[in-house]
Amino acid sequence: MLILTRRVIFWSLIVLFVIHSFLVFTIGTEEDKGETLLTKDALNGKLVYQKYNCTACHQLYGLGGYMGPDLTNVMSKQGIGELYVRAFLQNGTQRMPNFHLSEEEIIFLVAYLKYVDKTGISPVKKFEINLNGTVTQK
Amino acid sequence: MKKEVGLLFVTLGLVALLSGVIFGVIGAFQFVFPEFITTVSFVKIRPLHVSLVVAWIFSCAIGGIYYYMNNCCGTGLWSGKLAKMHFRIFVITGLLILICYFMGKFGGREYWEFPAILSIPIFFSWILFGINYFKSAFNKIGGWPVHMWMWATGIVFFFITFSEAYLWVFPYFRNSLVRDLTVQWKAYGALTGSWNMLVYGTAIFVMTRIKGDEKTAHSKTAFLMYFLGFANLLFGWAHHIYIVPAASWIRTLSYGMSMTELLIFAKMIIEWRSSLEEAKKDFHIIPYKFIVASDVWIFLNLGLALAISVPAVNIYSHGTHVTVAHSMGSTIGINTMILLASAFFLISDITKSDFSAAQKKQISLGFWLFNLFFTVFWCCLIIAGIQKGILTVEDKLSFQEVMTKIQPVLTIFAFCGIGVLAGLTLVVSPLLLSAYRYFKS
Repeated sequence: MLILTRRVIFWSLIVLFVIHSFLVFTIGTEEDKGETLLTKDALNGKLVYQKYNCTACHQLYGLGGYMGPDLTNVMSKQGIGELYVRAFLQNGTQRMPNFHLSEEEIIFLVAYLKYVDKTGISPVKKFEINLNGTVTQK
Repeated sequence: MKKEVGLLFVTLGLVALLSGVIFGVIGAFQFVFPEFITTVSFVKIRPLHVSLVVAWIFSCAIGGIYYYMNNCCGTGLWSGKLAKMHFRIFVITGLLILICYFMGKFGGREYWEFPAILSIPIFFSWILFGINYFKSAFNKIGGWPVHMWMWATGIVFFFITFSEAYLWVFPYFRNSLVRDLTVQWKAYGALTGSWNMLVYGTAIFVMTRIKGDEKTAHSKTAFLMYFLGFANLLFGWAHHIYIVPAASWIRTLSYGMSMTELLIFAKMIIEWRSSLEEAKKDFHIIPYKFIVASDVWIFLNLGLALAISVPAVNIYSHGTHVTVAHSMGSTIGINTMILLASAFFLISDITKSDFSAAQKKQISLGFWLFNLFFTVFWCCLIIAGIQKGILTVEDKLSFQEVMTKIQPVLTIFAFCGIGVLAGLTLVVSPLLLSAYRYFKS
């Protein structure tokens, strides 16, 4: 393969990467169904989630650790909801340590999880598999 | 005596590998038995394990590149001082990160859980590495072999994707979960692709040296495979976020791109018989033995990666231990085998001495022990993942019910971790001993 050919392929891929990244950063991710719940408390909750490394054990959209459950829809899950979540955050469990969170941190985390809940569904349980291997969520 | 900075990185990497695997075994037992070692919680153990293993991959790959550029590639190293400065920053930042984890000071995100401020020295050290690499590489007369292209790509794209992974510090990215997760996993997908470029480039370099055949590193096939891998690094990351509600074209493009890897898979199957014959011939050469093992792990993990890139499979496997099998298979199976091959090659080249017969026996025992236990370990993760996927998606069981059902297979997985650690210790200890003797001399 000629050196010039290699360079042309390389730089073409770079140009495509830049265009692709721009589209992902903008129109590819512009829809946010939970936007109305994106309060200041929810944004602080996200930082609390990072401060205590919740991702070591929990997932959002299946991304994160495996020790605890996926928290994407924990706020709207039948039989769980806000009171249940608050109890976990205040006391911990056999598997989850008590992080001794302040009342303010608990408020922030609950607000964040409420926002996350409205953005979509995880894990997806209602779907249709298409012939080409893709999936349509119901 | 002037010591090789490359070996400093490799030695540090070997220590990080053993420490990382020890934390991994502790974490696996904590996962199965929550009362196991409660003084350091799983929240701290997981990042310690992940960061140390990532440090091993980078440290050994960087060390190899410094050494090979300085001694074997005909380029020389532009600045030994800059390389040593890079090493010092690497050590100091690494120690600070470990201290933060032990103290429970987080603030970052998955894989980079340390406070964001510690990413600054990492950026800086990478700039030093990049300057040193390119200043050295441009001394090369004639076209670069494919491994030098791969190293260059790995260096540049680590910098780009590591920067991308920190876009969350800007409100535009942080304030939308969909955008944040998509960009985070776009960066992570490409970031692992970048370190794979460093590692696979190292594999090609070691192979050309063992075989004494430079031509393959300039061949058309080698470059076609490189560009295919590069395109996948850039566009084939979205299997991580198929269920995140971003635009559907992101998923479709990535699905199509991932399927191009079928070409690599097919190539491996077609060349299977000749590769096997070839492997038998030189299997007694220690670095070659590890390269052959990495080839087997590449085949298995590529098959797994192709499967989970199909959305119809991903809907079941996503967020399960199948994903862990994919990442462990890549980092411990493929990358570690290649980097150990590189470490053996490099240490033998520096010390100009061979291992004793007893050490060779020990290395061989460790090699088989590691691969045997790691195979069972990897299969357990896949079985647990498939079980979890079906029980969650089809049977709609709760998290607790699912965990109870997959507990037995995860218990086997945790015990296999001890075998993996034992195998690696047998392999790594002669390397550390040789490095120690070299630095002492």
